[in-house]
Amino acid sequence: MSADRDRGEPNPPAPFPKKEGGDELAAPPARAETVPNSTGLSPPSFLGKGAGGLGSPRSDPWYVRYLLVGLTLGIVGILIVIPLASVFAQATAKGLGVYWSNLVANPDTRHAVFLTLVIAPVAVAMNVVGGIAAAWAIARFRFPGRAVLVTLIDLPFSVSPVVAGLVFVLIFAPRAPLGAWLFDHGYQVLFAPPALVLATAFVTFPFVARELIPVLEAVGPEEELAARSLGASGWQLFWRITVPNIKWGLLYGVILCNARAMGEFGAVYVVSGRIEGQTDTMPLRVQKLWEGADNPAAFALASVLTMLALVTLILKVLIEPKVREEQAAPAPQVSE
Amino acid sequence: MSAGVSRRALPGFRIGLSYAVAYLALLVLIPLAACLAKAASLSPEEFLAAAWTPRARAAYALTFGVSLIAALINVVLGSIVAWTLVRYEFPGKRLVDALVDVPLALPTAVAGLVYASLYVKTGWLGQFLEPLGIQAAYSRLGIVLVLVFTGFPFVVRTIQPVLADLDAEIEEAAAILGAGRWQTFRRVILPMLLPPTITGFALAFARGLGEYGSVVFISSNKMFETEIAPMLVLVRLEEYAYAEAAAVATVLLGFSFTLLAAINYLERRSKRYVG
Repeated sequence: MSADRDRGEPNPPAPFPKKEGGDELAAPPARAETVPNSTGLSPPSFLGKGAGGLGSPRSDPWYVRYLLVGLTLGIVGILIVIPLASVFAQATAKGLGVYWSNLVANPDTRHAVFLTLVIAPVAVAMNVVGGIAAAWAIARFRFPGRAVLVTLIDLPFSVSPVVAGLVFVLIFAPRAPLGAWLFDHGYQVLFAPPALVLATAFVTFPFVARELIPVLEAVGPEEELAARSLGASGWQLFWRITVPNIKWGLLYGVILCNARAMGEFGAVYVVSGRIEGQTDTMPLRVQKLWEGADNPAAFALASVLTMLALVTLILKVLIEPKVREEQAAPAPQVSE
Repeated sequence: MSAGVSRRALPGFRIGLSYAVAYLALLVLIPLAACLAKAASLSPEEFLAAAWTPRARAAYALTFGVSLIAALINVVLGSIVAWTLVRYEFPGKRLVDALVDVPLALPTAVAGLVYASLYVKTGWLGQFLEPLGIQAAYSRLGIVLVLVFTGFPFVVRTIQPVLADLDAEIEEAAAILGAGRWQTFRRVILPMLLPPTITGFALAFARGLGEYGSVVFISSNKMFETEIAPMLVLVRLEEYAYAEAAAVATVLLGFSFTLLAAINYLERRSKRYVG
């Protein structure tokens, strides 16, 4: 569907000169015809471009636009901007010195940061390998049960994180068969980093695979087939053709997966046993500080997690066009 | 989209598929099956006594109710935001568009922490509700608020692409045929936006059903009042009543799988109409 074909271009965008004094809501809509457009330059536009010019059947009355834009700013402001600002305001309420010492002076907090920085990459790496394998099979081949596999990949998204944690408790509990056997042989899984990794990997599994499948499908197998016919080995083909072709989609999936892995709370909470200075990840530590009524410290650590989320979003915005390019510019396709 | 290549033409089919299936089985399927098996180790009476007590029913009803209300609120808020982002230009539009994704990237614990502190009596936003006699933090309203936050991106992101792809000609045709703007919206645009709206609603609803991290901060977690179902699983776990915890988890899994099936069905249907 080519939706952009005839949107907005023939008519000049309706200009809404922004007035001083904050009474722009009362500004009457300027008429589109009064704006000379012979220069070929678009007049400065405030509200209205992208929906055809004024008088086009797709433009809404000015008061509707102002109302909806105002509502949108209000919704995003109250739901998202104020909470974000509040995190940093409360973290630094007692000054930057206290903020810094809240982050680095407490050994348990330091350990939580360390633990998160170990567990998230391991879980992400596991899911990258699993995700590539699944995406390769699903995007390149047809086999019985393919649709089932596609559905199963999304399964962890619809399981409550608490349940995701519970299943590992049930398996690795000292009274469970496997848990008992591992315990007898000296392996501590539950209430230890291995269980944290498993629970995190469970919850974040879908991210990489579901980003890769559409990219792999869009790129198409032609270049790989060509490389194969020229005698490339499996690994050569993978590293020299496939990975360069899907690198932005892969990076995108990794970034989203990592953000969720570092921020995961419910699943990790259940399997961690919440042992201070041993199995507390950053989000768990935030809760413990908050329960201990140490609000500035809780918010200091929360602000680090918030910065991580913001960096994730910035990377996401930067990478998104590249992923779209990767999907939109496939190798010449052989029609079936 | 390619229709798949011959298994002899490209390498890696068997190793890729078997690794993916083994990984998925070990990480997801066998653990979930273990949970169901644990719940099945109870007799039917024991299962009901564990998963269908008045306290458990109150928890399910609360989880269901707050998720439903939050998802409905998100339908309204999300449609307004999606419409504005697709149809209008305004300063800071790209920033607003990027900010919509914050709830997906922000750890739920941070969301819960900051919402709880914003809506207490002395909080930035709670101070305005306090004179009205509304207590937001540590009440059911607080749970709804934080679920609106975590579910917010879903409705926006499902409506946005459909709205952007609507053909201009359809609206022009409606106008030429004499429809007013409001008539066009109600009779032409709205029906086309219905499938993605329902999908977005279902996604936000599903997210709310399982949400724990953010809710635990802003809820007082009192049984029969503000105790959500995932909380109940944890209460049972902490009593080392594993089978009972698994029973409650099984009921929760039943809810979410039903919803997952519904979402898949809706997505297939909406693709047929729009794509």
